[in-house]
Amino acid sequence: MALSGSALGLMEASVYAPEVFARGLPASLLSGEQAEGRAVSVEPVAGPAPLLSLQGIGLSFGGVVALADIDLSVNPGEIRAIIGPNGAGKSSLINVISGVYRPDRGHIGLHGIGYAQVPTQRLARLGVARTFQNLALFKGLSVLDNVAAGLAYKVRSNFAGQVLGIGRSREERRDSLNRADQILDFLDLAAVRDRLAGTLPYGLQKRVELARALVAEPRLLLLDEPMAGMTANEKSEMAAFVRAARDRFATTVVLIEHDVGVVMGLSDRIAVLDYGRKIADATPDEVRNDPRVIDAYLGVASDNEALSRNEGRAGI
Amino acid sequence: MAAIPAEFSSAPVLPKWVVPVLLLAFAYGVVPLIGSSYLFEAILLPFLALSLAGVGLNILTGYAGQVSLGSAAFMAAGAFAAYNFNLRVEGLPLIGSIFLAGIVAAAIGIVFGLPSLRLRGFYLAVSTLAAQFFVQWALTKFSWFSNDSASGVIDAPRLSISGFALDGAVGRYFFALTIVAVLTFLAHRLVSSQTGRNLIAVRDNETAARIIGIPVLKTKLLAFAISSFIIGVAGVIWAFAYLRTVEPAGFNLDRSFQILFIIIIGGLASIRGAFFGAALIVVFPLALSRLGGFLLGDVFDSGVLDMSQRIVLGALIILFLILEPDGLVALWDRIRRRLLLAWQTT
Repeated sequence: MALSGSALGLMEASVYAPEVFARGLPASLLSGEQAEGRAVSVEPVAGPAPLLSLQGIGLSFGGVVALADIDLSVNPGEIRAIIGPNGAGKSSLINVISGVYRPDRGHIGLHGIGYAQVPTQRLARLGVARTFQNLALFKGLSVLDNVAAGLAYKVRSNFAGQVLGIGRSREERRDSLNRADQILDFLDLAAVRDRLAGTLPYGLQKRVELARALVAEPRLLLLDEPMAGMTANEKSEMAAFVRAARDRFATTVVLIEHDVGVVMGLSDRIAVLDYGRKIADATPDEVRNDPRVIDAYLGVASDNEALSRNEGRAGI
Repeated sequence: MAAIPAEFSSAPVLPKWVVPVLLLAFAYGVVPLIGSSYLFEAILLPFLALSLAGVGLNILTGYAGQVSLGSAAFMAAGAFAAYNFNLRVEGLPLIGSIFLAGIVAAAIGIVFGLPSLRLRGFYLAVSTLAAQFFVQWALTKFSWFSNDSASGVIDAPRLSISGFALDGAVGRYFFALTIVAVLTFLAHRLVSSQTGRNLIAVRDNETAARIIGIPVLKTKLLAFAISSFIIGVAGVIWAFAYLRTVEPAGFNLDRSFQILFIIIIGGLASIRGAFFGAALIVVFPLALSRLGGFLLGDVFDSGVLDMSQRIVLGALIILFLILEPDGLVALWDRIRRRLLLAWQTT
């Protein structure tokens, strides 16, 4: 507790977003020319400019390298999975994108604007929402209020107006409740609307977190292991919700997942991390057959061992 | 299983405002008729002041999750500020002095709340101790605050609201009751507003709150300001209406702990909890002294009373933390539900 507390405190103090390549490149520039002559290996993408582009991201904790020279480019409307074994750096990557960590090297481009560290406080206004690997709901609030909290960044009324019920506070409240209710209906959560979030079963809490992220209709949705610890049924339900959310809100989705099976069916492209490096970035079919991915994921093993391990997994 | 839905459907029998309104009507209409001066002086006035302080601390600690051990300092700041405004500003009505005193306490609260932007939990609690020691030191050191009174003890001014003098125990009771009722109502409005939900969000998960765009730093400082304002006004009631004297020694660390115990025993993050807790803290020593005197006779002197009070109170706090972390309020709600259920099945 104490440790994480002080770490967060430090982050608050660090200067946000003194943009390294501060010129705020317009999207058109960013997509085509890597003008600085950087040896960046982002494949030239035909079509729309990437919504999210990471260039040369490096991050280490003490001597441990969490991420090394990661490039990633995600197009609008895409569902991009990031997979990899435990400790491959997946969550670190999400934390870098959402500004929770400041990378040692490289920068993050959002809508064509580059950041050395994404300003967390402005994240929602930038159209980015995320969920957390470990549940991060507000346990003391109802499901409805948790979801409505996803719109907190829009609130303009001050506390005095809210206490006295004057000004725009009533209107804001009505509006955010309406939108929260719509999302609850959309994710089939209306039945638990008034329950305290902390009292829901795990799978539902995960879904409430998705709702809280979705209510702001973000352009980029980051999902940190949205299906961890779920049953097979819940997983496929969740996958359907993620796809439906993308289709309805035209949201770009970056998601981390352990269950390779679910990921294959859900994502348009998959990036594979291993020991902080990106070892593959391709369509599900290509990734499935990539020998480096198979090595990393299942370990280099004799056929027998790999087989028995798979069986063991199936038995769980 | 079948009993559960029935239980839930039967719970909201009355609209929410009925009970508070009835209580207020009782407090204004009935209590002054039947109460003795002992009831007002020894029980109701300290109860009201401590309840309000509990409401204030609960906004900071219960709702926003920021532990503070400086409550008595903010009470002292409020009391002395009100005294000085009243003394030094010509023509300022008493209610104006009290409001300005709350503002002063809020400003001091913001200053001592700044460490909360970096510190949490125990570390923050220790840093709020600084407020406790600093304010008490400053009030003792600079005799200007107590109008150069030799003893440092000063008499409270006469109480009046818009020219209407409130003398005697009953008058002071009306004065305290009115202020407590108004501020409690506003506090209730606050915690059920967007700002109140932001407080809870910051308490429950600061990182998530920041990510979804809740202004975490502003919310924390606002919690310190509002909480200190209310506690400062509670200090005015404590000094002006209950003790009738203002002295720094009355606002020591013990008082800070007492207010913290009030909200732990009463129920964190509950406005009602502060009243439950304050009632217990005020009535309990009196009951204990009566009971001790009855059972043990002369052996039970004030020294023994003080000691046994601390022991039993300490035990109570441990019991509550283990068995009912949600405090007397949760206990009360459960009993009420049981009774309702029993009443419906018969």
